[in-house]
Amino acid sequence: MSSDSDRPIVAELRAATRVYTMGSERVHALDRLDFQVRQGEYWSVMGSSGSGKSTLLNVMGCLDRPTEGSYLVGGKDTATLSDDELSELRSTRLGFIFQSYNLIPQLDVLENILVPLTYQDDPPDDGAERARMLAERMGLGDRMGHKPLELSGGQQQRVAIARSLVNDPDLILADEATGNLDSQTAEEILALFDELHREGKTLVFVTHEPDVAARSEHLLRMKDGRVDEIVRHHVRRSGVSVGQA
Amino acid sequence: MAKPSWTQAIKTGVSSLLLHKLRSALTTLGVLFGTSSVIAMLAIGEGGSYEAQEQIRLLGSQNVILRSVKPPQEAGGSNQQSRILTYGLLNADFDRVRETFPAVALAVPVREFAKEVRVGARVSSPRILATEPSYIDVTGRIVAAGRFLIPDDERVRRNVCVLSTELARKLFPFESSLGKEVRIESNYFVVVGTLLPRVPTGDDPAKVGADVTGELFIPLATANDFYGVMQVKQSAGTREMEEVELHEVILGVDHPENVALVANASREMLRRFHKKHDHDVVVPLELLARAEETKRIFNIVLGSIAGISLLVGGIGIMNVMLATVTERTREIGIRRALGAKRRHIVSQFLIETVVLSVGGGLAGVGLGLLIPEIVERFADLKTIVTPMAPVLAFCISAGVGVIFGLYPAWRAATMDPVEALRHE
Repeated sequence: MSSDSDRPIVAELRAATRVYTMGSERVHALDRLDFQVRQGEYWSVMGSSGSGKSTLLNVMGCLDRPTEGSYLVGGKDTATLSDDELSELRSTRLGFIFQSYNLIPQLDVLENILVPLTYQDDPPDDGAERARMLAERMGLGDRMGHKPLELSGGQQQRVAIARSLVNDPDLILADEATGNLDSQTAEEILALFDELHREGKTLVFVTHEPDVAARSEHLLRMKDGRVDEIVRHHVRRSGVSVGQA
Repeated sequence: MAKPSWTQAIKTGVSSLLLHKLRSALTTLGVLFGTSSVIAMLAIGEGGSYEAQEQIRLLGSQNVILRSVKPPQEAGGSNQQSRILTYGLLNADFDRVRETFPAVALAVPVREFAKEVRVGARVSSPRILATEPSYIDVTGRIVAAGRFLIPDDERVRRNVCVLSTELARKLFPFESSLGKEVRIESNYFVVVGTLLPRVPTGDDPAKVGADVTGELFIPLATANDFYGVMQVKQSAGTREMEEVELHEVILGVDHPENVALVANASREMLRRFHKKHDHDVVVPLELLARAEETKRIFNIVLGSIAGISLLVGGIGIMNVMLATVTERTREIGIRRALGAKRRHIVSQFLIETVVLSVGGGLAGVGLGLLIPEIVERFADLKTIVTPMAPVLAFCISAGVGVIFGLYPAWRAATMDPVEALRHE
């Protein structure tokens, strides 16, 4: 624990509240949530539907902002940033992996991987080279010119992972990344996440599958927009999955 | 590669449009027809006014033409079978005009006779114009062969004449007319030159049935010696005696800005000295201005019709782009999540719209250049495509793309990324 706390904080929510107004009802999707992610940590976030997982991910991904409290990325309060600055943050510091892959259908594999770089204000010169290497690494070396619809689900998710890595992000956010895959493919993808974790990537993985959560280092369990339970090093400590939810 | 260059952006736009080839093609049709109709309409309008203007210009834009006009028949006048009708410009008018107006550089009197011209057995009835040598200066007519009348012809009252080339061809089909003689009534005239014909004037339509085949010029002094001011006209059983001193006086004005002045002064002066309305003042410059005005209105009307079709095309594009934006909501969400700024989304959709409308515009320019050709060939209408027309039409079509693309692009860019990502 002590060695962990030496690491810099990548993302931090401080009493973050996100209220949606649905008709006359006010729904607290996040309710004074405190949560810190340090560099190199691998978190999974669990909770029943409506517990605020998705909102947490949106806020952490700078797609949404807390209505009260604050969210800091790399020490910067997102409340002070403009829409353009938030976008720049997404394209330079964050990586997204979605349940339904969310590749752009008219672009081929290589172009899809490159997308985040094309939106940077100052894109790197070796972008194409990076994209190619990532594609190779994901086992897509012979698929680079293919369109997403010509790929299997597992292959598409590999493209998405490559895309999330192309900007060398500080934080990778995954939303049910194995939810649409058969168990065999899911296992391959999870192995990839383990690998990324070993490389020191910071990962936050939202899931409702206990087996998936069991692969992570730390677990955040949410309930009604609040922290229900934080379990650090849960796997190592218990040796079994903590999925009682 | 990673830099979002324009070519890259356009390539992406094109590939997105190619996902729906038929829809994209149909969408461009509106702009295509709009653009081509702008060009075609302008070309037809331009061509229509061109000929009229050309004819007016031939009258001489710096000239004022005074004409004798047969006054309207007095109602109570007569059923007389023959009578003498005296009207028109007088030699006194000519002198007054020449002496009073300093701006008149040249004043040329013209008399016109309707007589038969004979060469051997060949007969023709050209316009016989008796005039002075300066006629050629004021009208800018061109000598084809030989010479025009010269002051000496006047002074010694020579029996010489100048033929227009079409008359020369008719009277002397197999030989040069120069030096040959033609007979008018009982007088013989030696041909000293030929003049290139002029395009028939627009405001002087050829009288139906009248065999006006060319012109024949003789010295005014000679004509005055031979032929009096009286002329007999026979038509439909009536005999009319007409007494006209001068049929036309052409005034050459020294500066274009004095044309209106001279025209108004001549009108005023003629009105004062003539009780009957037996004269007319024709100002080619005024006709030209009127023709220009007509042309302008014509162009505005045609242009706005074409503009409306472009507008409809633009609305079509907007409609399709709005549908496209809705359809691609998820893609917008993905791109936003991956870091696309609002301006990236705006330019992405704007580029697609502009590619559509410019594609339609280019095809429209092609079709628009083709239509005038077809019209000219099959409808026998003169068309003129000014170089500005395709440029203008193309710019308008590109502008239509930008204007009608802005709203859909703005709609796309202002979507909430979270909502957009959730969209199925």
